[in-house]
Amino acid sequence: MSRTRTERLVNLVICLLSTRRFLTAAQIAATVPGYEHDPDDARDHEAFQRKFERDKAELRELGVPLETGTASVFDAEPGYRIAHREYALPDIPLEPDEAAAVGIAARLWQHAGLAAAASSGLAKLRAAGVDVDPQATLGMEPMVTVDPAFAPLTAAARDRREVGFDYRVPDRDAPTRRRLQPWGVVCWRGRWYVVGHDLDRAATRCFRLSRVVGAVRVTGAPGAYEPPAGVDLISHVARWSGPVERTGRATVLAAPGRAAGLRRWAVEVTAGPDGDHLVLPYADPDGLAGQLVGYGPDVRVLDPPEVREAVIQRLKEIAVRHDELAVSGGAR
Amino acid sequence: MTRPAARGGSRASADRLARLLNLVPYLLARPGIEIAEAAGDLGVTERQLREDLELLWVCGLPGYGPGDLIDMAFDGDRVTITYDAGIDRPLRLTPDEALALVVALRMLAETPGVANREAIERALAKIEDAAGDLVGAPVAVRLPGDTRRVEALRAAVEGGRALRITYYTAARDETTERVVDPLRMLMVGGRAYVEAWCRRAEAVRLFRADRIDAITELDEPATVPPQAVPHDLTEGVFRPSSDLPLITLRVGRSERWITEYYPCERVEAGDGDQWLVSLRVTDLGWARRFVLGLGPDVTVVAPVELADQVRATAAAALDAYAVPVAAVRRAPADSVPPGDPAVAAGTQ
Repeated sequence: MSRTRTERLVNLVICLLSTRRFLTAAQIAATVPGYEHDPDDARDHEAFQRKFERDKAELRELGVPLETGTASVFDAEPGYRIAHREYALPDIPLEPDEAAAVGIAARLWQHAGLAAAASSGLAKLRAAGVDVDPQATLGMEPMVTVDPAFAPLTAAARDRREVGFDYRVPDRDAPTRRRLQPWGVVCWRGRWYVVGHDLDRAATRCFRLSRVVGAVRVTGAPGAYEPPAGVDLISHVARWSGPVERTGRATVLAAPGRAAGLRRWAVEVTAGPDGDHLVLPYADPDGLAGQLVGYGPDVRVLDPPEVREAVIQRLKEIAVRHDELAVSGGAR
Repeated sequence: MTRPAARGGSRASADRLARLLNLVPYLLARPGIEIAEAAGDLGVTERQLREDLELLWVCGLPGYGPGDLIDMAFDGDRVTITYDAGIDRPLRLTPDEALALVVALRMLAETPGVANREAIERALAKIEDAAGDLVGAPVAVRLPGDTRRVEALRAAVEGGRALRITYYTAARDETTERVVDPLRMLMVGGRAYVEAWCRRAEAVRLFRADRIDAITELDEPATVPPQAVPHDLTEGVFRPSSDLPLITLRVGRSERWITEYYPCERVEAGDGDQWLVSLRVTDLGWARRFVLGLGPDVTVVAPVELADQVRATAAAALDAYAVPVAAVRRAPADSVPPGDPAVAAGTQ
């Protein structure tokens, strides 16, 4: 934007903030420098109208609350004004430690668009008189990253608009098309999910944002649905991928000095003549078997038999697969 | 963020307009501020700031006479707004700004081991209040973690001393002791890390908090050498470089999840359900444990070396269970090497 355009827009904002009456486009043109034109010249007038439309759009994009109305019942032509209380950031009395926290939060975004939004938001707080200590730290800083679907899904959830997207689950061959009334977006253990009412399944579902393929399509009108009152978004995701209780106990024999990874979570280690006996807590015998197989001959399961059998079964199948490979020359 | 694509460079101009509307109340709140300080605060050069001030000087209320224009007084390098023409407050937050600040504050408040959580929560409440219904922001954050462990680490990092740590390295399946000079603590993808200069590796390393098994503060200050550069984590913690070994696996349906958990270089559909997945690994020993752990639905395609190691390890393990390898082969028994100990043991 040229300097003259910026100047014109600043003057437009000041003019509309200062008026209580709605000002028509013609009145604005007669007042604000930069809109001078001959209303009787059709082409000149049209050029003015285009310019004024562009300027209004620019202000709305910035978030300037441009009000439209008529000055009196006798006026047919719409006018414009900006209500100061709608325009102005309310007073935010932040204590120094609170301001420091906001300053730190604003620099956590690794996503360029949200990083820009956070820093322009912070600039407004500063303009409201908040002083932010740029040196402050909280000893521990999260890197805040989001998937591309984050922005459209949070906006849709905020506006209560239905969305459609293609969703890829690794154990399916092709993405499926899903339709959702999004209630909200959740970060759980560093991954992002959207929770809502799945229109095809007619049930509550959550979706991992990293599995959304391509663009999120906003399909519905704003305010099309109401999420259930007091819905706890986290509970839907946490129930779905929560922690597991390790109540089982397996005993394995580990070669001396080997299997460091297992020793770290053994609840008991006893040295013996043929190696160390480790007692390992586990939840799922097959899951544990997978882990133990990784250690090959360094670890041998003594108990329980179901884990021992699962390990042996896995080893047999792995040996067969890789043996066939060698015989057929697949890897050579 | 949701702003439409810039039309012919109008983004920069929109930014300037936003900056100008913000500048007046900023200066109004800080009479007599040094121009250099204001520029630093607002993230612009001094020259840009002076240009902004010049532009504002010719803007004002209709009439545009001397008493209507924005006015300011200069005193050396200092500036004071003497007339604001009605832009006495910053513009309210946009939905994107409110969302960006509120979500980042929620993340911060949820981060295990963060200091002064109470101040973060107070700030969050005030920002939410100011943003009003913009932040019915339907975003919830929960980052469970071992808060006590992380707090202990943070205290040690803040102590400013060199640390001796016992650290488990998954890539080599070994636990080692090393002396590190801590730089900072951070959280990436829901996991806490200590970033430190590692005197053993003579490089900056990220240490996962849940793999630090013991920590001792040494009687010497942490001294981070000048060549130490913190990691760029915008692409995640593990950014495989092209000089690392590339492995290719044939992966069945049940194990396709690995493509979501490990950065893969290539994923292609293979025969039937199978996917051909290529990824870089720091260590072939790790790759061997990884492949064995994944189980029967995964076969090594390349390198041959890794396939051989997997086969040999599985055979040796079966041997330890006294299960003859011949028993698991579909090939005729005479293809078993004559010296196969399982056969020799005669357990069939």
